[in-house]
Amino acid sequence: MDRLKQRELLHLLEEDSRMSAEQIGKMIGEPTEVVEQTITALEAEKVIVKYPALVNWERVDDHPYVNAMIDVKVTPKRDVGFDEVAERICRFPEVKAVYLMSGASYDLSIILEGKTMKEVATFVSQKLSTLDSVVSTATHFILKRYKHDGIELEDRDEDHRMVVTP
Amino acid sequence: MSTQVKVKNRLSSTVQSLKPSGIRRFFDLAASMEGVISLGVGEPDFVTPWRMREASISSLERGHTAYTSNAGMLPLRVEIQKYLEERFSVSYHPETEILVTVGASEAIDIALRAILDPGDEVLVVEPCYVSYEPVIRLAGGVPVFLKTTMENQFKLTPQELESHITARTKAIIFCYPNNPTGGTMTAEEWKTLLPIIEKHDLMVISDEIYAELTYGRMHDSIAALPGMKDRTILISGFSKAFAMTGWRLGYVCASPDLLAGMLKIHQYTMLCAPTMAQMAALEALRHGRSDMERMIESYRQRRNYVVDGFRQIGLTCHEPDGAFYAFPSVASTGLSSSEFAEKLLMEEKVAVVPGDVFGESGQGHIRCSYATSIEQLKKALERMERLMGRMS
Repeated sequence: MDRLKQRELLHLLEEDSRMSAEQIGKMIGEPTEVVEQTITALEAEKVIVKYPALVNWERVDDHPYVNAMIDVKVTPKRDVGFDEVAERICRFPEVKAVYLMSGASYDLSIILEGKTMKEVATFVSQKLSTLDSVVSTATHFILKRYKHDGIELEDRDEDHRMVVTP
Repeated sequence: MSTQVKVKNRLSSTVQSLKPSGIRRFFDLAASMEGVISLGVGEPDFVTPWRMREASISSLERGHTAYTSNAGMLPLRVEIQKYLEERFSVSYHPETEILVTVGASEAIDIALRAILDPGDEVLVVEPCYVSYEPVIRLAGGVPVFLKTTMENQFKLTPQELESHITARTKAIIFCYPNNPTGGTMTAEEWKTLLPIIEKHDLMVISDEIYAELTYGRMHDSIAALPGMKDRTILISGFSKAFAMTGWRLGYVCASPDLLAGMLKIHQYTMLCAPTMAQMAALEALRHGRSDMERMIESYRQRRNYVVDGFRQIGLTCHEPDGAFYAFPSVASTGLSSSEFAEKLLMEEKVAVVPGDVFGESGQGHIRCSYATSIEQLKKALERMERLMGRMS
């Protein structure tokens, strides 16, 4: 499959990972088997990493959760820079994302998920702040998610068109 | 009763003679039902991209609420000139050859009114947009229909064109890429028609509202061919490519003498197109290309999906190269377009538009818009398959 079509396939899967190989094949004009083989190859190459569902947990009543963004200032180490501490932070299961930032007064941006504010506070005070390289932390709690991964979570556009038009 | 008669008499005989749109009748039927999956919609399913909406809101905030010049804001006309030149290799002077209108619909109206005298004949390439015939009649003209067929990918042939020309023929009007068939014409195919157009000194009204929605190749404008610019009135707008149907913004390009005529009608009727819509259009042309390309890619994928689907369930369907309509044949069912569409709506709650509302040569076909989500298309195909299964 050529690169343009491969890119198209990836966009389609990113949009809806439940789309069947047959359906994708029809849409991009490739046989189903070729689509299946390409997907397998892309998975093997780690181009396709995972097939997640984007869940709006705020709509799930009995799911307590707290999201926090934590700005972390660290002292980089010789030879490994920020990588060593970043990798270490990545291993905590409650950490959902870790980014090295430029232009900010801190170095790493962490996204954390916990069941309660207390759980997040405990993680920050007992696990994160106590790491050798960590100089300081600033924790921001997310109050409401309006858009995530390119998707607006509230007031999704509905089809307002008339049923039949010229 | 006597009041009704009196009111009726006040209407002009031309207006009285116009038939109500076949689409409207079908719309009323579909709108009265719940749970309908609609392939009957002739507009993008995308909301106007935010950057255009934002530009319009911002213009309101800055107080841009006054009239613009009759022909439209000059910066917008300059952008239209650049856009047409870059995309379709046609060049019009922004000050004398481009007029911004209230939708392409107004452009069609003023083009016809500017050139027609009572009794002039206008050739209309069928199947066609439902407004051409009534607008020609309202302008005092007489429509003469040229047929196209699925066997010929709904392209206009020189034979069909020449055989309908009379001493009264003034102009020809068409829409390519075509609503409702999705048919397109290449530069080579246009060239076969040029000697006839020149020989009979025809005016050409080229409705290119779907010009950006072509799949696999660029749109060829007839105005770009040698000698054609001066006899062509090019009409387009922002509705389809930029998902801006409700903004009512189009434009018409023609030689200065023709444009001056159209401008007269425009200034005495519309005065100018809405200012905030013009601001949005300016943004669309300057920065909206990536939004447009994203939508076109999506239409192409859905076209592939739906055309394959029709063929799988036993409906013959040519591959449309443009617009966002498929026009499969339902002749194999033995039903007329309207009978099939009505049966499909009543029994399976899928709304399509009967092909014959777009003219006699659309008989035996249905117009299915694929400007809707894949999920909806999938469900619609499943329901159509069920109906076909019961009928076989």
